[in-house]
Amino acid sequence: MSAKSPRPVDAALAREFGLTAEEYGNVLSIMGRTPTFTELGIFSVMWSEHCSYKSSRAFLKTLPTTAPWVIHGPGENAGVVDICHGLAAIFKMESHNHPSFIEPYQGAATGVGGILRDVFTMGARPVANLNALRFGDPDNPQTRRIVDGVVRGVGGYGNCVGVPTVGGEINFHPAYDGNPLVNAMTVGVARQDRIFLSAAAGVGNPVIYVGSKTGRDGIHGATMSSSEFDEDALAKRPTVQVGDPFVEKLLIEACLELMATDAIVAIQDMGAAGLTSSAVEMAGKGGVGIDLDLDNVPQRERGMTAYEMMLSESQERMLIVLRPDRTEQARAIFDKWELDFAVIGHLTDTGNIVIRHKGEVEADIPLAPLADQAPVYHRPTAPALKPQPMERIIDPVGVEQALIRLIGCPDLASRAWVYNQYDSTVGGQTVRRPGAADAAIIKVEDTQIGLALTTDCTPRYCRANAKLGGAQAVAEAWRNITATGARPLAVTDNLNFGSPEKPEVMGQFVDAIAGMGEACRALDFPVVSGNVSLYNETRAPDGTSQSILPTPAIGGLGVLEDVRTAVGLEMPDGCDVMLLGETKGQLGQSIWLREILGAQDGEPPELDLAAERRNGDFVRGLIQDRTIIACHDVADGGVLVAVTEMVMAGQAGCVLDAPQSGMRPEAFWFGEDQSRYVVAVRDGQALATLAAKAGVPCRRLGRSGGEGLTLPSGSTISKARLLAVHSEFFPRLMDR
Amino acid sequence: MKAAIVVFPGTNRERDMAIALRGVTGQAPAMVWHREAALPAGTDLVVLPGGFSYGDYLRCGAMAAHAPIMVAIREFAARGGHILGVCNGFQILTEAQLLPGALLRNAALRFLSQDCFLRVERNDTPFTRHWAKGDVFRTPMAHGDGNYIASADTIRMLEDTDRVAFRYVAGDGRVDEGDPQLNPNGSMNAIAGVFSENLRICGMMPHPEDLVDPLMGGEDGKPLFTGLVEALVG
Repeated sequence: MSAKSPRPVDAALAREFGLTAEEYGNVLSIMGRTPTFTELGIFSVMWSEHCSYKSSRAFLKTLPTTAPWVIHGPGENAGVVDICHGLAAIFKMESHNHPSFIEPYQGAATGVGGILRDVFTMGARPVANLNALRFGDPDNPQTRRIVDGVVRGVGGYGNCVGVPTVGGEINFHPAYDGNPLVNAMTVGVARQDRIFLSAAAGVGNPVIYVGSKTGRDGIHGATMSSSEFDEDALAKRPTVQVGDPFVEKLLIEACLELMATDAIVAIQDMGAAGLTSSAVEMAGKGGVGIDLDLDNVPQRERGMTAYEMMLSESQERMLIVLRPDRTEQARAIFDKWELDFAVIGHLTDTGNIVIRHKGEVEADIPLAPLADQAPVYHRPTAPALKPQPMERIIDPVGVEQALIRLIGCPDLASRAWVYNQYDSTVGGQTVRRPGAADAAIIKVEDTQIGLALTTDCTPRYCRANAKLGGAQAVAEAWRNITATGARPLAVTDNLNFGSPEKPEVMGQFVDAIAGMGEACRALDFPVVSGNVSLYNETRAPDGTSQSILPTPAIGGLGVLEDVRTAVGLEMPDGCDVMLLGETKGQLGQSIWLREILGAQDGEPPELDLAAERRNGDFVRGLIQDRTIIACHDVADGGVLVAVTEMVMAGQAGCVLDAPQSGMRPEAFWFGEDQSRYVVAVRDGQALATLAAKAGVPCRRLGRSGGEGLTLPSGSTISKARLLAVHSEFFPRLMDR
Repeated sequence: MKAAIVVFPGTNRERDMAIALRGVTGQAPAMVWHREAALPAGTDLVVLPGGFSYGDYLRCGAMAAHAPIMVAIREFAARGGHILGVCNGFQILTEAQLLPGALLRNAALRFLSQDCFLRVERNDTPFTRHWAKGDVFRTPMAHGDGNYIASADTIRMLEDTDRVAFRYVAGDGRVDEGDPQLNPNGSMNAIAGVFSENLRICGMMPHPEDLVDPLMGGEDGKPLFTGLVEALVG
């Protein structure tokens, strides 16, 4: 065993590495001796919150993960679902929150790079990227720097690798001031008979390292992501990795070329905790041992220690187990793409991971207890604070003024400034670009299949009622996919919360998962992959610590058998514009309440999952038989914002009737009742008849046509004015 | 028409281009790796597609201009061969000095991915014969470095000899070089594409290959490809 430890290994060092006293005690009992410096490093990253899911695992198990169309659920690098014709969609969403505050460009860029690797490592060519982003208060001077860096980073990476960025969402709230959220989602397509998994097999088989060289960047990145921020956060910049999208592009092409042969036994990217987690997980899943000789690892810097190489999070690297006689065939492919290729070890029957460096054994850890005895916590929970009840509402501005303010507010303003920096057309398969429909639509090349893709979460609902908010995030993703005509298949979840050591945050987490699980079951919309990001907290100099809003972001995927049937927001002239779903005028936690009255009060709108399903199935059927010509779900801002967005998306205006609703105008037009759709049809009366038969509430809103939006008051807002107000926010914030 | 698409390691729009070409010729174009020494025999059209040839951390296209395949492409050009360079392909052609000028960072220093309108400046070329002079068509653009620049003498020469292929315009054909809505990357004289002296090499920044199917939003880019087929086969 190596004796050249730079520091004595003891309980104090273990604490510095993020292990509790109890966890360190378990390390000692597993090892039966004091671990080496490198071994302690391996335990600390594998048992970090980021890699071990120790606070969340027990609850994640309660989520539904199966359906007849699910090929691989959680546990692989990404989820895999059947999209017919022998093809599979492979997708996942993952956070890169902490690095994106410290170094926004590289944090976001490497977030995109990491999630791309999770998908192509399974054999899929990536066909689309999406990004769910949450930023702080627009008036906070930090926000502008972070938005700029994150948007440049997402674009800089995605544009270069040639994967279109087609969707996502953005919110602003002061709770994200010191801790923005960058949740990146990638979707890929593979043949079902060519899906690659990570479980290593075959004692003696060679272990291959490909991609970029290993440097000292990102060491202990996983541990950094497993603790809250303090005032020294920016000093942690050396833990942020630096991405190279050109190498990623080479790696995608080289891996896909190798995957077309039968040379690969198992493959996994080196993500969080780098070589450590990929080697440990591949061997552990396969029930074999693994011997690595770090002398053969391609290195960017001189004098790297075993500890540094095992914990480096240098980007664009993969670990592959090959069939024994295919090394030269594989090497030729990586030579062609000018990527490093090195045999760094082989599989053994010891059940241990053995790390050698310069002739010394630097680590020798039994894999089974490293995985099986990883800590699992049932942390204490406490009910979150209930929101203030809503006071009696007096509308101070009227419908027209409120609409103008809402469509220009940070959460509803046009995102074109952002998505116009993302290449959304590369690949030539983008059927609906960002903003054109409730979900982005990508055609699967050489087929008529379409994929409908969305990300959704309403954090303000989650803060007010985490269970309802968790369910609403799932339902809204399902609804957005449905509104294009696609059949929702499955979700990936990205659970962003504060410190699990705070009982009320843990309570939010547990409640949100309960709500998500309920909605996933009710809608046959299982979770097939995901990621948990905890400790999204900022500690102020006075010692208090602020958690982000609970943000369980949902990435949804649906399928269209015939992509030509997809609909978007754009309405033709001369249609009846109809509202489907029940309207009660619920203004609790609404954008109207926040933007017009400055209040964040009340319960969020109710969610009836049976009605959700009934309304959605009805809408989808009518899109597929081409009765519904345009469709938009009703979400933030309510019905009037939904209709206005449809007007702004196309050529036709809309003339609205006075609603005979018996409720106050602001409640009818801006209430955020769930499970509703605005649709354009040729014959509204016929739709009403069908809806009555299906038990779906239906009412006429008006008729498409004209130059702008004509309100029931008779006042017309021109399309030019709507667009001007809608598109002002981002350029004003960013281009000043 | 036998088309050959040149693929550098960081090229990423070769499949888009192949789909567009296959749509008009009915046959898959040849894909030619950057390290090849020769073009396929009988090549009628060489296409340099979009992407980030070698990562483009140096000036875009600067390294690609010295790739092994470029020797064969220069010979092909010298023999009067037809070459289309789109986006990164246009950048490579300027770096290789097969076309004049250069492409700087966009004026606003941000990547731009949006639709733009192009005006056809002449229609007596193999690339533009299926349009009328002055026609305006919509096309996606997606680049960080599309701001066309050349010396005053070169610009004057290009204008005097009608070698501007396409200009960024409003939907009604109006040019306003100083309006970032109409000339989004800040190009001199709103130039979006240029021809070589013999009119057989054309470079342009936007992506007509991404608008050749109504399903993807329109067929505005298709005349470029149908025109090439007619010119090079007919």
